[in-house]
Formats: sequence, structure tokens, C-alpha cells
Amino acid sequence: MSTITTEELAETTLLRFATAGSVDDGKSTLVGRLLHDSKSVLTDQLEAVERVSASRGQEAPDLALLTDGLRAEREQGITIDVAYRYFATPRRRFILADTPGHVQYTRNMVTGASTAELTVILVDARNGVVEQTRRHAAIAALLRVPHAVLAVNKMDLVGYEEKVFAAIAEEFTAYATELGVPEVTAIPISALVGDNVVEPSANMDWYGGPTVLEHLETVPVAHDLSHCHARLPVQYVIRPQGPDHPDYRGYAGQIAAGSFHVGESVTVLPSGRASKISGIDLLGEPVDVAWTTQSVTLLLEDDIDISRGDLIVPSKDAPATTQDIEATVCHVADAPLTVGHRVLLKHGTRTVKAIVKDIPSRLTLDDLSLHPHPGQLVANDIGRVKIRTAEPLPVDSYADSRRTGSFILIDPNDGTTLTAGMVGESFAAPEPVKDDSEDDGWDF
Amino acid sequence: MTTAATVSEETDSPYALSHLDALESEAVHIFREVAGEFERPVILFSGGKDSIVMLHLALKAFRPASVPFSLLHVDTGHNFPEVLDYRDRTVEKHGLRLHVASVQDYIDRGVLKERPDGTRNPLQTLPLTEKIQQERFDAVFGGGRRDEEKARAKERVFSLRDEFSQWDPRRQRPELWNLYNGRHAPGEHVRVFPLSNWTELDVWQYIAREGIELPQIYYAHEREVFSRNGMWLTAGEWGGPKDGETVEKRLVRYRTVGDMSCTGAVDSEADSIEKVIVEIAASRLTERGATRADDKMSEAAMEDRKREGYF
Repeated sequence: MSTITTEELAETTLLRFATAGSVDDGKSTLVGRLLHDSKSVLTDQLEAVERVSASRGQEAPDLALLTDGLRAEREQGITIDVAYRYFATPRRRFILADTPGHVQYTRNMVTGASTAELTVILVDARNGVVEQTRRHAAIAALLRVPHAVLAVNKMDLVGYEEKVFAAIAEEFTAYATELGVPEVTAIPISALVGDNVVEPSANMDWYGGPTVLEHLETVPVAHDLSHCHARLPVQYVIRPQGPDHPDYRGYAGQIAAGSFHVGESVTVLPSGRASKISGIDLLGEPVDVAWTTQSVTLLLEDDIDISRGDLIVPSKDAPATTQDIEATVCHVADAPLTVGHRVLLKHGTRTVKAIVKDIPSRLTLDDLSLHPHPGQLVANDIGRVKIRTAEPLPVDSYADSRRTGSFILIDPNDGTTLTAGMVGESFAAPEPVKDDSEDDGWDF
Repeated sequence: MTTAATVSEETDSPYALSHLDALESEAVHIFREVAGEFERPVILFSGGKDSIVMLHLALKAFRPASVPFSLLHVDTGHNFPEVLDYRDRTVEKHGLRLHVASVQDYIDRGVLKERPDGTRNPLQTLPLTEKIQQERFDAVFGGGRRDEEKARAKERVFSLRDEFSQWDPRRQRPELWNLYNGRHAPGEHVRVFPLSNWTELDVWQYIAREGIELPQIYYAHEREVFSRNGMWLTAGEWGGPKDGETVEKRLVRYRTVGDMSCTGAVDSEADSIEKVIVEIAASRLTERGATRADDKMSEAAMEDRKREGYF
């Protein structure tokens, strides 16, 4: 894929994915190879890497320099923050959330996974499934990332043995399935040598599945909308002041889930007022139907009071509104979250006052054990939280809708983003994962 | 070991958006969030392709109403005349309000000092940040893309700046889902980057799809240029050519548009948008690596300027 032809530049689809892996699992090498082989590392960038590597006395170019962009990262030789990378093949465009592997950066993996449709979890074939792998799988399950890839790396160091790969893949898949990860694809690779990253490996003819890139190019990116609850958080009311559109009053927003069509009966929450869709404008052009994640403007038959923060839903499929939210959260700020904390809660386009009523438990990601009533959550902690809001909110379960089932907590004093929240049950597992360390039961 | 690893050619449902539609929808969402949450937003408008695409997206986001933002141009005093002309026509056409922060004014008043190398890009920061304070802008849209540079790869879509307009990469707010946090104290502002997830190629494909007019210097044309530090620069009052540098006529175009003193042209025969796209898709150089001198000053040049308030 050295040159891209004009036909191949036709519009393709976009896949957002995240990588996760421990420090020495070869994540940078994998990312570097994906970028490099898809022609996304250009000559001047490579030259810069070679120049810096040489000035440090390194013999080979250090591909991690491509992805570690900040001074502190280069100084310490670690990645401290999520970075977004872009590459393309003739079949698809990719946005890669490159997240650090350190334990203390759980919040960064949560950030990367929140918008990802796929997670690549790396393991070292010599070590197999380790605590860090379980942590990554648990985060992917918590954030309900629809697809997971287990990349068993460094296969060259275990003699390309099928049984090594099979054992790791089986152990991981069983664990991830138990957590409710809907789809796991295991791929044996060597990021260093290039086996099964972009090109199929000549060293593992026992493997008949896709390469990493092939899988990324072909995994489905949109879901069947027929099962989705349609939701439109109102961002802004469009009311032209000019004489051409004296009566135009449109409710602008990005469809968070499902689809809307002209003529449909809708209800506006939290007020509960009902009307019918009289028109849909897709960035200025009228359409009959629109779906997630299009940014649209809805026009209604009745002139009812609607403003930013309201949620438009089909009348036949309206969520209940509530002032008591129970959620799994990941605390992302340095200052702790405590019971009694007064916060702002942003859900969709609405921001309301809220108070943390209770923190029933904290989750240990290593073994999924629960620590009851931890009193507070500190940075990178994942826990269960009960929140009372000042106004009723139409929240969905995160299991049903990643957009209308999620929220953030904000410090009202300085605006810091404190916490990422997911409403409802934590894991999609049909059966709760066994919890031997605590006997107060599984409430995640 | 693979629970569902079927690889088929039928990958996407009919509801999957094309990558350009997905990027467009995301950018529109960002514009509308700012319109809904801020008092005094402004769009940085240089007349370069990224800011032109930004304005195009803003126009689409609020149709049939007009754009609820004004424009701000940081005029280095070394702008391409074609670009200034484009700027003024655009402002006129859409009935917008334009604010100008002038580097030349600062030099004339003795507040800023001309650099020995003649480049004015680093001098933009002070006029920009003072204008933001004077006008009390609370949200400032920039056309920066994360694919441009590795410090920018770490930039948030909503990027909080303190009262000195400084960027602190270690104190950035995590951005989760599409829940952007625009909270800021009086005196602080938020830089907003609706094109964060776009690449140079996406921008060009979108320009082609939407039929957006650009200043002609983006397309191949004959121009008198001279070589400095491996770049073709346009002669002008800003200080080139110097002794030993000779002017010649070449067929060139620009990949980025900035201050004339540090924005280089590339040899090109691409005189149409289709040819430009093919050329970019085959290029082995990033746009900044090819044509921006200021990014080559040090390993962390962009990060350092961003910390000071550059956009």
C-alpha cells in the first residue's frame, strides 16, 4: 500500500479503537508498525526519530519517540497521557487512542475506551495472562467496548508454538466472556518481526485467522439500530432572526442513539410534553429519517417550550426520569471523591447540581474483588456510587446506551472533571463473576 | 479461542456513517456545544484551509440561522495578499464581524521586537492573548489538528487556558465520551479544536466534497521564490532574499498558509483539487515538516509555544 489511488480515496468508514498493554509488552512497536506500514509515518517524522535516537546514543530508531510527544514523557521515557493517532488504509480510516499501560493511568485507559469501538489488549506470549491483562479486560468490559482483540505478542520468543497461543487465548477468552465482553478475537503476533500485524505470518501456518490490520479493517462499526432507544439531547435552539424564516424553530443536537423519522410522535424530557416531528434538517438539507451519530435539527408540529438540556425521545419509548442515580464510576481527578461531595453532573447536554450520597464499594481490578464502603475514591479508583441530583434526569442504563447512560462529575469550584460515570449494572456478564474475597455479595 | 472472528466483506450496516460524515457530525456537535455553553466565542480565522473548513462547518451547524460567532485574525503583517483578500471577501459574504490583532502594531509601539531571522510566527502569541483578554472571549476556536504534530496529538478538544492563556499538558482534563467540560473561571478561556480528529487528507477530501473555495496559492502556480533552509520562500519586504540567495521562477503551491517569512512552498504541478489530493496521498512528508520552519527550531518547539498561549 505504498501509493493510494484516487478510487481508493472514496469515502470509507471510520473505526475508533484503543490499545492497552503493559510497559514491556511491545505496544509502541505494534503501534509503530501499524502507523509505519499504513504509510502514516512520513519521512520527516522518521528522520526526527532517527536524529533524536542517534543523539542519545541509541543504535536503532526508538519508535516510542513517535508516540511520546511531551517533554516529560521523553525525559522519563514513559507515556503519561492518552495520545490520538491517525492512519488510513484504502478500506478504512482509524482513530487510535494510544493509552499508557501503567497501573496509575487507569483513568487514561477509561478515557480512551469511552469512545472506542474496539480495544487491542497486548500480552507477552512468555508471560501469558497477567494481572494487568485482567485489568485491561475489565476496563473494556466496564466501558462496554463492543469488540476486543487479544494480541499475543512476541510469538517469536516462544518458538511460534500453537499450544502457547491456544492456552493464553483460551484463558483470556473465558475470562473476558465471563465479564460480558461480547466479542474476542485472539491473534498470535510478533510486532517486532511483523508476524500477523499487517502481513500474514509465514512462521505460524497453523493460524488461519485475520492479521491485526485485516481485522481492524473488517470489524463492523455500526450496530443494528432497530433495538436501540432513539435519543436526541437538545444542544441548541436554532431561531433565525431574518425575514426569510420568521417561524423557524429547530432543536439541534447529535443523535445519541437510534433513529428518528418525520411524522413520529415524540416526548420531551424532563417536562413530558408531547408533539410530532414535522421535519428533520441534516445540516440544512431536509431528510425523512436520521440516525446516530448524525448532527441534526428537529422541527416539531407544536410550539412547546424546549431548551438546551432537554432530551427528545419517541413517545412509545421514553425512559423514566430519576433524581437517584446508581452508577459505576472511574475517578479521574487527583483530589478524592467523598460521600457528601457537592458536584455538578453533566449528562448529555444538561448540567445539574448533585450530591454524592454513598460510595457502597470499590472494585479491585486485579481480581475483581470488592472493598465495601471505602469512604472515598482516589484517582484511578473504580467504584460504585449513589448520587442524588437536584433535578430529575432521563438516564438510560449504560448497557443500553453508551451516550445517554454516561455522565461526568465536575467540581463546581474550579471546573475540574472529577469522575466518569456509567449508569446501571457494571458488567454485562450473565452470571456474576465469583467473588471469593468478600462475602457481602456482588453488587457491581 | 475466537468466539466470533468471522471476517466478511459485508462489514458495515447501512447506518454506518462515512468517515467524512462522522467527522463533520462530530465537529458540528462541538460548535453547537460551544454556542450553548459560552458567552463570547470567537473563531480564529487565518484564511488558511483549516480555518476555512472550520467556518464552513460552523455555517452548516446553525443553518438556516447565521453563525453565532465572530472571527479573529492574528495579522502578522507578512500575510499573502491573496489570503487577506480571501479573508475580507469571506467576512463580507457571510455578514460576519472580524477582529484583527496586529503584530505590526505591537512592533510599531515597541512592545514587540522584530526577530533577527525576520519570522513573526512566534510574535503572534502576545497580540492573540491580549486580544482575547480585551474582548473577553471565553471560547476560542482553532483549526489545530492532532495529526499535525506530536504535542498536538495530546491536545484536548476543549483545552482550558489560564488567565495568561497558558497550556499545561499535565493538568489537562480527561475527555470522556462526547461530554465536553467547558467550565472556566473569569479570565480563563477554553481553546476549542473541532478538527482535532481530522487529518490533512480528510480536510482536502472534505474541501473537494463540499466544493469549498480556497485562496489560489493552495494550487500550483508560477511564483518567484528563493531557497532558504531547504524551503522555497516568497520574496518580500519581510527580509528575503538576502545576500547569496537568488530568486527564481518555479511552479509551486502551498500546503499551509501562515506568515510569509516561515511558510514554504513546495514544487508541485497540482493545479486542481483532485491533483492536490493525489499528491498529498502519495507524499512522504508531513505538511509541517515540509513547509514550516518554526517547528524545526527544537524537539519541543510546538509544545513550548503552546504552553505560552500559541494556538
